[in-house]
Amino acid sequence: MKQPIYLDNNATTPLDPRVLEAMLPYFTEKFGNAASRNHAFGWVAEEGVDYAREEVAKLIGCTEKEIIFTSGATEADNLAIKGVFEMYKEKGNHIITAVTEHKAVLDTCKHLEKNGARVTYLGVKEDGLIDLAELEAAMTPETILVSIMYGNNEIGVIQPVKEIAAIAHKHGALFMTDATQAVGKIPVDVNADGIDLMAFSAHKMYGPKGVGALYVRRKNPRVKVTAQMDGGGHERGMRSGTLNVPGIVGLGKACELCRLEMESEAIRLSALRDKLESTLSKMEESYVNGNTQHRLPHVANISFKYVEGEGLMMAMSDLAVSSGSACTSASLEPSYVLKSLGLSDDLAHSSIRYGLGRFTTEAEIDQAIEVTQKAVNHLRELSPLWEMFKEGIDLSKIEWAEH
Amino acid sequence: MAYSEKVIDHYNNPRNVGTLNKDSKFVGTGLVGAPECGDVMRLQIEVGEDNVITDAKFKTFGCGSAIASSSLATEWLKGKTIDEALAIDNMDIVEELALPPVKIHCSVLAEDAIKSAINDYRVKNGLEAIALEKSHH
Repeated sequence: MKQPIYLDNNATTPLDPRVLEAMLPYFTEKFGNAASRNHAFGWVAEEGVDYAREEVAKLIGCTEKEIIFTSGATEADNLAIKGVFEMYKEKGNHIITAVTEHKAVLDTCKHLEKNGARVTYLGVKEDGLIDLAELEAAMTPETILVSIMYGNNEIGVIQPVKEIAAIAHKHGALFMTDATQAVGKIPVDVNADGIDLMAFSAHKMYGPKGVGALYVRRKNPRVKVTAQMDGGGHERGMRSGTLNVPGIVGLGKACELCRLEMESEAIRLSALRDKLESTLSKMEESYVNGNTQHRLPHVANISFKYVEGEGLMMAMSDLAVSSGSACTSASLEPSYVLKSLGLSDDLAHSSIRYGLGRFTTEAEIDQAIEVTQKAVNHLRELSPLWEMFKEGIDLSKIEWAEH
Repeated sequence: MAYSEKVIDHYNNPRNVGTLNKDSKFVGTGLVGAPECGDVMRLQIEVGEDNVITDAKFKTFGCGSAIASSSLATEWLKGKTIDEALAIDNMDIVEELALPPVKIHCSVLAEDAIKSAINDYRVKNGLEAIALEKSHH
């Protein structure tokens, strides 16, 4: 078994060898610029892009003309939100999003606030889902865009996208979703879901880094976004820049594989995830974070109380996982997503995210369970909080010296 | 972030983990930090004749650097007099463990824990608590 075991597939996924194989010719003999209309090199490159566009469209149930290739989901989020804000200025300046969104959405919204946007950041319930009544109440005639993510990157909860879209549309607003964690993992159909704009990236679905896409609806309604980069007018004028042909082909191949394998893969991964989660949550004072009914098949987020997340990851050096602990970032603040569920800071500090993927095996999950149990028990032996808990001391009654 | 070898050594083989009888008048206990901040250290000293620290134990909830800082502190405390122990500066810990800037607060916490344990011992034995410098963070 390869060590360490990779269980951080929400951060990024390994490139599938079949994807690499599809990409390779586009670095060498098929190196042409897809915009070169007058010779075979250009045509061959364009064929690759056409194939990819078709595969991406098939995976999410749209037409090829609705796909704008970008450098990734962050760029797609920026293009969608800034582009809609500029394009629909006349109609209004209000945007609604949620506190658990990825920074690519939150920071884009914050940027727009400096340029005259009014942004509502919806809170979430303790299971991580937004309250639809709260969304409805936040809608105004000036609301031009509702941007709510499909599946959350930290806890994996899936928002009620269809219902959110219906509320947005009822009030004449567009619905945009960052579906980076969902596309390729669960069925996403832009028409069934009522999505107007959708951002996603290749490297979360076994494709290469540095390429992603924005879906922009062309019918009912026809959505337009203002370009954020000036140049040659590629991608129907919405995203200038020479197309990253090998990357785009990789995205296309990744989408094709996901379309063909996603269904059986979701069943396999959720069984492995459930095994991991049910075993670990049987440990004393461990808690599963987020809604367990509406969520992605491959994510588990568990807090092991009285143990600090970074210390725990160090004890589990055989596992590549991530933690909501402050110590893993420069900010010293624990995960804002976990805090927004109403989790106390100490539980947020004690959380570990396991992200399973296409190459995760049952043997690896068995070992992950064993390593985690051993590490948690070891660190609890070192933990004064665990000792106090065991002695029946109420930790909330202690006056801690905050520092 | 990569850890120094010394941090990893203390983390994998923590010295002096455990609990001393906090009710004994020879034992001083320092409990510093807060669960909300992601680190809590409990450091205990046992003081013998001539104000010499005969034993030291710790338990820490925190990251690897916090565990290593407190483990190192207990190692240094044993055999020192109270006055020598008071002279331990957090920067000594930073240097010994090669802590990166983002982990300096772990060493500060360890210094606070030492001073707080000494004060607990002093107060138990009818001495005045020593005024502590305001933490540097």
